[in-house]
Amino acid sequence: MKIHEYQAKEVLARFGVAVPEGRLALTAEEAAAAFAELGAPVCAIKAQIHAGGRGKGGGIKLAKTADEARNYTAAMLGMSLVTHQTGPEGKVVQRVWVEKGSAIARELYVAITVDRAQGKPVMMASQEGGMDIEEVAANTPEKIFKETIEPGLGMQGYQARKLAFHLGLTGKGFKAGVKFMIALARAFGELDCSLAEINPLVVTEDGDVVALDAKINFDDNALFRHRDIEELRDLTEEDEKETEAAKHELNYIALDGTIGCMVNGAGLAMASMDIIKLHGGEPANFLDVGGSVTKDGVVAAFKILLSDANVKAIMVDIFGGIAKCDVIAQGVVDAAQEVGLAVPLVVRLEGTNVDRGREILAESGIALKSASSLDEAAKLAVTVAGGGA
Amino acid sequence: MSILVGADSKILVQGITGSHGSFHTIQMLEYGTQVVAGVTPGKGGQDVHGVPVFNTVAEAVTETGANVSVIYVPAAFCADAILEAADAGVALIVTITEGIPVMDMARVMDHLGGNDAVRLIGPNCPGIITPTGENQGCKIGIMPGYIHKPGRVGVISRSGTLTYEAVWQLSELGLGQSTCIGMGGDPIHGIDHTEAVELFEADPETEGIVMIGEIGGSDEEDAAAWIKEHGTKPVVGFIAGITAPPGKRMGHAGAIIAGGKGTATEKIAALEDAGVRITRNPSEIGKMMREALG
Repeated sequence: MKIHEYQAKEVLARFGVAVPEGRLALTAEEAAAAFAELGAPVCAIKAQIHAGGRGKGGGIKLAKTADEARNYTAAMLGMSLVTHQTGPEGKVVQRVWVEKGSAIARELYVAITVDRAQGKPVMMASQEGGMDIEEVAANTPEKIFKETIEPGLGMQGYQARKLAFHLGLTGKGFKAGVKFMIALARAFGELDCSLAEINPLVVTEDGDVVALDAKINFDDNALFRHRDIEELRDLTEEDEKETEAAKHELNYIALDGTIGCMVNGAGLAMASMDIIKLHGGEPANFLDVGGSVTKDGVVAAFKILLSDANVKAIMVDIFGGIAKCDVIAQGVVDAAQEVGLAVPLVVRLEGTNVDRGREILAESGIALKSASSLDEAAKLAVTVAGGGA
Repeated sequence: MSILVGADSKILVQGITGSHGSFHTIQMLEYGTQVVAGVTPGKGGQDVHGVPVFNTVAEAVTETGANVSVIYVPAAFCADAILEAADAGVALIVTITEGIPVMDMARVMDHLGGNDAVRLIGPNCPGIITPTGENQGCKIGIMPGYIHKPGRVGVISRSGTLTYEAVWQLSELGLGQSTCIGMGGDPIHGIDHTEAVELFEADPETEGIVMIGEIGGSDEEDAAAWIKEHGTKPVVGFIAGITAPPGKRMGHAGAIIAGGKGTATEKIAALEDAGVRITRNPSEIGKMMREALG
């Protein structure tokens, strides 16, 4: 799960991570009032969307007066902010963060993520703050310093000191940097984060070390023990169809193609997309209905697939294990009768209760094409969707 | 003709009184698996389909000699269950449960890291099966038993249903399987491709290996490096997710292309370089293995 920058800063501040002071504004007037209240000569007005690269798209402005704060905010609210992470349609700005301007002496980079090879969190630090860190990693990997955080121990002082020396921090900034990194590591562990990225981490002219930006992602599997974090979820930032699918415990990801896919199991769902592509088609989505899917879940899945106007054909690919073919078949029949089937349907069933499943489909009289293998199903779907469009 | 589990494996089921645990206990028993004990704290003394239930894993092991545990307990309590099994000296722990927090697994694996006497399969996996006859053998997990046939191909996979797809093809072609392992789709997990391939290489009855990977992480690349140096048996591979967009988690927590790493293309290149026969078409895994075995 992702949250906004201002939420990340509020959460991190609770752990003693230094962040600049700021106020949330939902209207231009609130932004002007926030500017006055903060009493700083310069404030940053920052559009809050779940995507990076906001500055280049006009989502970050520096205001020197309350009037400027008001005007910048008025212009940002409601605008579709397009960045390299939002896709061409952009994201609508609904709130801005008004933050005291920082006098920046240096821009650094600090992040924590889970290193899969080690099975442990790793803190990465670099002097190349403000840059695209993936580029730094690709071109000059020696400029990124890493410390593994032992899951049972947490980040130790010596590790933070090592990184602080690598970052070239001295004096007041050194102490502040060490404190910052240890606090960030503690927040990461205690909140079950999957990513905590501070880019840039700035050293101010006064020698303070603060998070100028903050991005935190959380492990969805651990949200059950962080109800307060779950409340920070902003559904307007998430894909409507994906949210609807999640309600029915379906795993759905929207793509750009024309063939709607309904599959059980994540691996088979990916493989079904791949084979469609192999035969010259384009999948419209990834959809894993899971093992314990019910008839209602299948109906919901169908509605989601059909709500995508690009879909020209639907391919159902089920290898019943825990999921039972007869349950899926009944769901398909019910969905076809309830919502109507405007596009061709290709079905491939195999596995648990397959004979009963095929009978249900045959008896229903709905128009569909049966396939006896994944390969045949994909070829048929590509053909009925209008070929390799 | 198998690795890790066989007819002599004695299974205990953690979470046996829950709906999943109870349902799959019947399925495992019907397949001929020796399920000797169940564990649910507070329900010791009961039985589930004739299998005695104990309060602790330690007690179950002492009383029944169980040497493999299969875990169906809910995700929130799973780390605890795995550690309890390890503490009781269970040599092989198969965790079926999906949705365990990543930091829980980080702590568990850190703790088990130095313990060579314990091997973990999963979590978030279908389990492990060694077929020994028509609809019989040692089935530990949730896979449909009937699609398997005893035979000469070892299967290791990150995905559940995609494994069934490959197994079905091998059975239809009469090749069968020595042992099939679903290693699971989580980023931090027990057995990986490399360990399984190593075990299959050492198993005299396994003649070929099917390796099914997916986007994310570097398990497949690591296995490719091992195969390149030590491999002698034919390996057929498929990598799911060549069309998956970066930054999106494709169902499995571990199936994500992050920071440009873990793409299917990279994995395929590494495996092909190691001499692994890779098919782009998941319908042709079995056929390709038949050709490889000659």
